Amino acid sequence: MKEKFEPNIIGFLCNWCSYAGADLAGTSRIQYPPNLKVIRVMCSGRVNPIFVINALQQGADGVLIGGCHPGDCHYERGNYLARRRMAVLKNLLEYTGIDSNRVRMTWVSAAEGHKFAEVVKEVTEDIRKLGPMQHFRRENKW
Amino acid sequence: MKIGVYICQCGINISQTVDVEEVVKYASTLPSVEVARFYKYMCSDPGQELIKKDIKEMKLDRVVVASCSPRMHEPTFRAVLEDMGMNPYYFEMVNLREHCSWVHEDKDRATAKAKHLVEGAVARATFLEPLEKKEVSVIPRALVVGGGIAGIQAALEIAEKGFKVYLVERNPSIGGHMAQLDKTFPTMDCSACILTPKMVDVARHPNIELFTYSEVQDVEGYIGNFKVKIKKKPRYVDIEKCVGCGACAEACRLHNRIPNEFDMKMSKRSAIYVPFPQSVPLKYTIDPETCITLKTGKCGDHALCIEACDDRNAIDFDQKEEIVEVEVGTIVVATGYELFDPAKKAEYGYGQYDNVITGLEFERLVSASGPTEGHVEINGKKPKKVVFIQCVGSRDKETNEYCSRVCCMYTAKQAHMVKDKIPDADLIIYFTDVRAFGKGFEEFYNRVQGEGITYRRRDLGDPIKVNKQGDRVVVKAKGHPDIEADLVVLATGIIPRKDSKELSRILNINQSADGFFLEAHPKLRPVDTFTDGIFLAGCCQSPKDIPDAVAQASGAAVRAAEPLAAGKVEVEAISANIDEDLCSGCRICEDLCAYSALEFDEKDKIMRVNDVLCKGCGSCASACPTGCISMKHFDMKQLLAQIGGLVG
Repeated sequence: MKEKFEPNIIGFLCNWCSYAGADLAGTSRIQYPPNLKVIRVMCSGRVNPIFVINALQQGADGVLIGGCHPGDCHYERGNYLARRRMAVLKNLLEYTGIDSNRVRMTWVSAAEGHKFAEVVKEVTEDIRKLGPMQHFRRENKW
Repeated sequence: MKIGVYICQCGINISQTVDVEEVVKYASTLPSVEVARFYKYMCSDPGQELIKKDIKEMKLDRVVVASCSPRMHEPTFRAVLEDMGMNPYYFEMVNLREHCSWVHEDKDRATAKAKHLVEGAVARATFLEPLEKKEVSVIPRALVVGGGIAGIQAALEIAEKGFKVYLVERNPSIGGHMAQLDKTFPTMDCSACILTPKMVDVARHPNIELFTYSEVQDVEGYIGNFKVKIKKKPRYVDIEKCVGCGACAEACRLHNRIPNEFDMKMSKRSAIYVPFPQSVPLKYTIDPETCITLKTGKCGDHALCIEACDDRNAIDFDQKEEIVEVEVGTIVVATGYELFDPAKKAEYGYGQYDNVITGLEFERLVSASGPTEGHVEINGKKPKKVVFIQCVGSRDKETNEYCSRVCCMYTAKQAHMVKDKIPDADLIIYFTDVRAFGKGFEEFYNRVQGEGITYRRRDLGDPIKVNKQGDRVVVKAKGHPDIEADLVVLATGIIPRKDSKELSRILNINQSADGFFLEAHPKLRPVDTFTDGIFLAGCCQSPKDIPDAVAQASGAAVRAAEPLAAGKVEVEAISANIDEDLCSGCRICEDLCAYSALEFDEKDKIMRVNDVLCKGCGSCASACPTGCISMKHFDMKQLLAQIGGLVG
């Protein structure tokens, strides 16, 4: 039997809401699949679309961006900027033939440990279905 | 480049799911890693010494610690580097506990993930740059939001330390819920007797400026330099001129016609009123919802209140809402709570039968200053059979899962008071579990039980039903005989204030899942929020009794006074930086900044960053078409390197 594909997923989580939500999932011992590896940024507005493309290039099969809920951004509106950027990026990905579902933006508050775990489960399953990312791979050379 | 990597076992918190030795072995193979070690508690003194020794002996350039969340111990380890004369920003942290060992069960996969997390951190560490922390001056004044017992305590303590305090209270008087209580458990002190002197102290304190009937409308800025807009609602009474004589209320055409909220609408007031006789300030307020003049523009042939006020001339129907701006260094939030509305649980019959009242309504009923002058009466008669029901809106997954912490004891207190006033009354308490955890609580509970009060255990899964029968109500609880009662008192739980969400946005603080404001750490930073300079006190953080609220308020006052006393604070060095050679002056970034921290230099035709205004979110850097904006500590090359390490 073919071994189950385990997707490699990079997460960009904002320090104030989503990262704290992920911490809460931890302190509450809520289990989720270990496919996601998180990078902490101060705000989801820091996530340059280049980071997402670069992650896909370097070997990620999917990318999750987590910000504060609309209206709750620690920096007033960085999450709105992130949402717009990701919407544009998703169009670009589709245009280049990459399933835009490989990139997902979500809102998780500091109180939503359960939601964070649910999102990770969903994203992992969604990207598992899409299979390994095979476009524009390039050597990992940091 | 020499990097030291330190993996923490965190007792067994990390090591039970992650093979720490394996991660160390892997880390030592990574580029530039000079040393990789593990230890049981990296944050402990010996753990820190281990790092210090390596920094000294191996002359490390970067330090990576893989342990808990950086939100917990990043400052601890940065201080280790600082102690050794290194720049604290040469430190990188891996969240191995909250983001890995605690959330995964499969040891192989968790270990594999841990390796990549460490690899990402090592890759990022290579590109870390030294940064200087910014120091900002602190405005030596504080804002306290909420004038209940917690806010009063915090305001008084900050004021006593010699700093000016603005205390903002939404109602016409300070005092909060505590002012409505009759006696306080378990000592049976009279609530008003211990509260009102403190209220007077607030009014008299030279360092406290009181804003009653006012609300915080907007907060901008950061620790040390908050700009606050306070909305003063029109009282239609000039508080400089009002002497609190009450002649206006006596004269009001609606005298004794308007339900008095302070007495839980069980007594009547006028359209011009003070909430209670000991109000601070003792200044009258006209209720715009009921005042005939304010509603219709005309009250009979003339407004009687104006006539009664006579040459004091305090009444001013032309008064307008006013916005006052103040600047403060720190803020204490003490906005308190609301009570669960038992009408949401129709089975209790609240709002349907007048024999069913809430605990707070009972407080007014039993209070000597209340609507019945302290006589416990229902429909004009002394109740002979009284039932108390606990956990109404608490410990109930349908409403609020948490325990409200005060209801067990206030029910015991109220039962004791009924027994005191009506010795032959028959009292039954339906409880879920009696939680008598505080100082003197168990003793008090035992004393009340000894007074012939029956405690019956209820199961929250089987709702208690209250039905009308003649003048009385029948209380049906599964497993117990029905009771025909004259009075049913519902121990309603504590819930977050309705506008908590709005306030959390104004202040930029978080809420927990239950809606109360979130503390920065449940154990070690219980009065801090994640927003520097803003602190929590009282029930706005979680349900608590008076001594706990006061203790937390004292703690918040100390925390809020620290920066005021220091006169300056260090703020994160994370900010945007512009490469002047690359900037094309396109000004795309300018509008993205929520803080107006980016300014166009007309002379050089490039953008410049105002370091003090920049908060380091990075929204601008992500939009810059030339890539001339770099974010200190979250620079593109650092993050791309981290991605490379993480994907493995």
